Amino acid sequence: MKKGHIIGLGIIAIAIVIIMTSIGDASSYESFNTALEMKEDGEDKAIHVVGKLKKDAAGEVSGLEIREDKTSFTFLLVDNEGTTQKVFYNEPVPADFQRSEQVVVIGAYRNQEIFVADKILMKCPSKYQETDVQAAGM
Amino acid sequence: MINTFVGNFGHLTTLVAFVSALVTAFAYSQYFKASELEKASWRRFSRVSFYIHALATSMIALSLFEIIYNQRYEYFYAYSHSSKALPVHYMISSFWEGQEGAFILWAFWNVVLGLVLVHTNKFWEAPVMVVFALVQAFLISMILGVVVGDLKIGSSPFILLRDATQAPIFKLNPDFVPEDGTGLNPLLQNIWMVIHPPTLFLGYASTLVPFAFLIGGLVTKKYAEWIRPALPWAIFSAMILGTGIIMGAYWAYVTLNFGGYWNWDPVENAVYVPWLILVASIHTMITFKKSATALKTSIILVIMSFILVLYATFLVRSGVLGDASVHSFTDLGLSGQLLIYLLFFTVVAIVLAARAWKHLPTSEREASAYSREFWIFLGAVTLSLMSFQVILPTSIPAWNALVESFGGISNMAPPADQVEFYTKFQLWFAVVLALLTSVGQFFWWQKSDKKSLKDSLVLPYVIAILLATAIIVLAKVYDWKYMIIVLTGMFTIVANATILVKLLKKSTFKLVGGSLAHIGLGMILIGIMFSSGYSEVISVNVSGLTYSNSWEDEMNKEHVLLWINKPIQMKDYKVIYRGRQKKVVGVPEYVPAKILASTGKVNEAIALEDFKDHFKKGDQVQIVLEENDYFKIDYLQNEALQFSLSPMSQFNEGMGGLISSPDSKIYLNRDLYTYVAAMNDFSDPEWKEDETYEVSPGEQFHVADFVTYFDGAEVLKELDGYTLQEGDVAVKAKLRILDYDVEKILEPTFIIRDNQVGKLPVIDSELGIKISLENILPDQNKFVFKVNQYQKDYVVMKAIVKPYINVLWIGTLVMLLGFSVAIYRRFDEFVKMRDKGIE
Repeated sequence: MKKGHIIGLGIIAIAIVIIMTSIGDASSYESFNTALEMKEDGEDKAIHVVGKLKKDAAGEVSGLEIREDKTSFTFLLVDNEGTTQKVFYNEPVPADFQRSEQVVVIGAYRNQEIFVADKILMKCPSKYQETDVQAAGM
Repeated sequence: MINTFVGNFGHLTTLVAFVSALVTAFAYSQYFKASELEKASWRRFSRVSFYIHALATSMIALSLFEIIYNQRYEYFYAYSHSSKALPVHYMISSFWEGQEGAFILWAFWNVVLGLVLVHTNKFWEAPVMVVFALVQAFLISMILGVVVGDLKIGSSPFILLRDATQAPIFKLNPDFVPEDGTGLNPLLQNIWMVIHPPTLFLGYASTLVPFAFLIGGLVTKKYAEWIRPALPWAIFSAMILGTGIIMGAYWAYVTLNFGGYWNWDPVENAVYVPWLILVASIHTMITFKKSATALKTSIILVIMSFILVLYATFLVRSGVLGDASVHSFTDLGLSGQLLIYLLFFTVVAIVLAARAWKHLPTSEREASAYSREFWIFLGAVTLSLMSFQVILPTSIPAWNALVESFGGISNMAPPADQVEFYTKFQLWFAVVLALLTSVGQFFWWQKSDKKSLKDSLVLPYVIAILLATAIIVLAKVYDWKYMIIVLTGMFTIVANATILVKLLKKSTFKLVGGSLAHIGLGMILIGIMFSSGYSEVISVNVSGLTYSNSWEDEMNKEHVLLWINKPIQMKDYKVIYRGRQKKVVGVPEYVPAKILASTGKVNEAIALEDFKDHFKKGDQVQIVLEENDYFKIDYLQNEALQFSLSPMSQFNEGMGGLISSPDSKIYLNRDLYTYVAAMNDFSDPEWKEDETYEVSPGEQFHVADFVTYFDGAEVLKELDGYTLQEGDVAVKAKLRILDYDVEKILEPTFIIRDNQVGKLPVIDSELGIKISLENILPDQNKFVFKVNQYQKDYVVMKAIVKPYINVLWIGTLVMLLGFSVAIYRRFDEFVKMRDKGIE
């Protein structure tokens, strides 16, 4: 066997390892129901859940509880299937949090009751879609 | 009044630039094919056409800048990316905040590079410029803004606000011009954002040059000759792109509150990957020049580096990344166009390379393990695997989009902890790379066999081990992974330094580019290991508060809540938040916000007190970006003030929330990095219900939790802002409030005129209280105060110590210096050969 072949095989082997770990370590988008099933099956991997903040009849965000030292909080998130879930986040409340149109939480269930987010991604009303020029511009 | 001229002019020059790019491509292809007799006239025509294109492209840029500079908010671009409060240098940032501006910048750099190429090449001018002109046609088409039926080609930056939005105001008054723009993203209001994008885009643009030479070489059947002119440009490109990446990392470090310089965000990955491939291609090209091997590899790598830049652009700007990235680029509907651009050059390059493949010279000889070709090839392979490992997971959102476009469902998401995921591969690849550089460099400069290699490597190895041991012991590196990194990093530095010294002794500095760049790599490796591996969050919460659910207490609280004036112990420091400050034009230090009162105009304030020698009470001062608050945090050790840091934060309605920039204390061997994570909003306080106190002069009482002394009252003869008439009585009470070591004087006033009572309450937003003098009871010698509470000012902060981060920055500088030396050497070679008439 020539040296070139050995190197070639080595490259292929490493490439396969890379592909397998990329698939293995990739997270997935879930709903709270499937996330809870995963937790019950003993799967602790962090997953993505896309949802919206729970709002009351007046359109105000409800269920936001900020801890006394302001360094963590819990909130209610409604996923795309309509399940409402209490989520804990160990960071101060991001300032644009309550205005966000959509929230992606990355994390896992801590127990049956609470989902712990390691990271939160927010989609905010973009200024490009600002139609109310008058209010913004004057 | 709406100015439509600039916009129309800009739009017109865009059309001219687009058409002239196509004409230039056609003309140069004719020049290339033309017979000797006609060549001169085709050449003249091609050049004139390209000059017109160059002029038109510059005019596009100028028109857009004119719109921003003259604050023409009737234009959508100026309205959404700029505002009156911006100083000129940030107007430059506004230019490329939007995607259209970024494309213009890119096209502009291509024009500059094209002009340089036209004037430095003889033989290569025609084939290279055909590729250039085609690329320009694609880039300009992105800002064309032409609608053909349902098909929209490009997004023009010259559209008016009234055409871009459906705001009702334009129905009433089509000539309405907004007073002010919505402003530039405050995160981009940073000097690095003025220079980082142009550098990065010059890097992007310059990857085109080696690619154009390659395509030229394939078309003209000069399968190997393209390498000499392409090589200095490939190194130039890697140097500029590398500089752009580092600037971006530094910008992230000094302005974003992500907590670091690199986060493996898709946008960062998208520039990192082409850079790796570019560096790999430089190595194989150099090998080819020296020993006529690795031509095929070079061709593949040069094609890949260019295509990957286009792919990166596609990922970042088509909106396909969506939620996956923190850098939000809105989809301007260009994804189709970007895809065609990408596919066009991919297909052309593959077809041309495939056609030429069997004509390419290959060396049949198997590379020996003791040849430099072998080691450099391994290096190129490692670099390629590194980029493969990054681009694969980064493409997951694109993969999902692809599956969904075929009607499938894919719920794959990028790895949850990106930093951990990428680091576990990239770190070890980098270690392999560092080792390869040291061995490879020895092979490069001296033909070695087993024995001489051993001889030359033993000494650097021993020195490296000694130095590494010293570092490990002194800096307490006790993790085996980190020990390996220190050792390899040190070995790379020492081995390459040995070569460097030998080369400097024997010949000129021109040859040392490689060893310098590799020393830089070793330093970067060590710098990254320390600053990331040993970064320590010192803002651990020690408030002692516990919660009902036990698991929450186990979570590391990585932020501290600092109430104003209240000391908190944070590791070795006692920290105290001392209130907000502003930047004032002409004052070298921060000014406390409480002594400035806004005049209602943008960035203008009146001083309420004297401030050192800089201004007096009543002076009008100019604030630099009034939205910005700088939070003064004092750091004390042994009760003595060591230093103060002032991280910035602002509420920004337009950007949706809190924007923070860190502030760091920079030591030689570490940075103390701090940023504001949350702050108090007292712009619109919700006052709690009234509390009334009846106190006699000289008495001590408690307002909220503050010890307060009522020192007495005086009858005023005059009152700021009021004219006292005959018979008026004005009484001012003097309250002294203690808050830790700070003493505040609050003086509410009470006026009686014609049996009418007027009260002038005082508000202290730092303490969050409002006090008014409600009544005076002379018979009881008592004064009645009404107090409303809100909330004391506070800030939630994070502080991280990052050791030896300077090693990283210095390493990058050394590497860039190495690149520069190499560019000089290779360009010199090319010029010599060209002047001999060979190329």
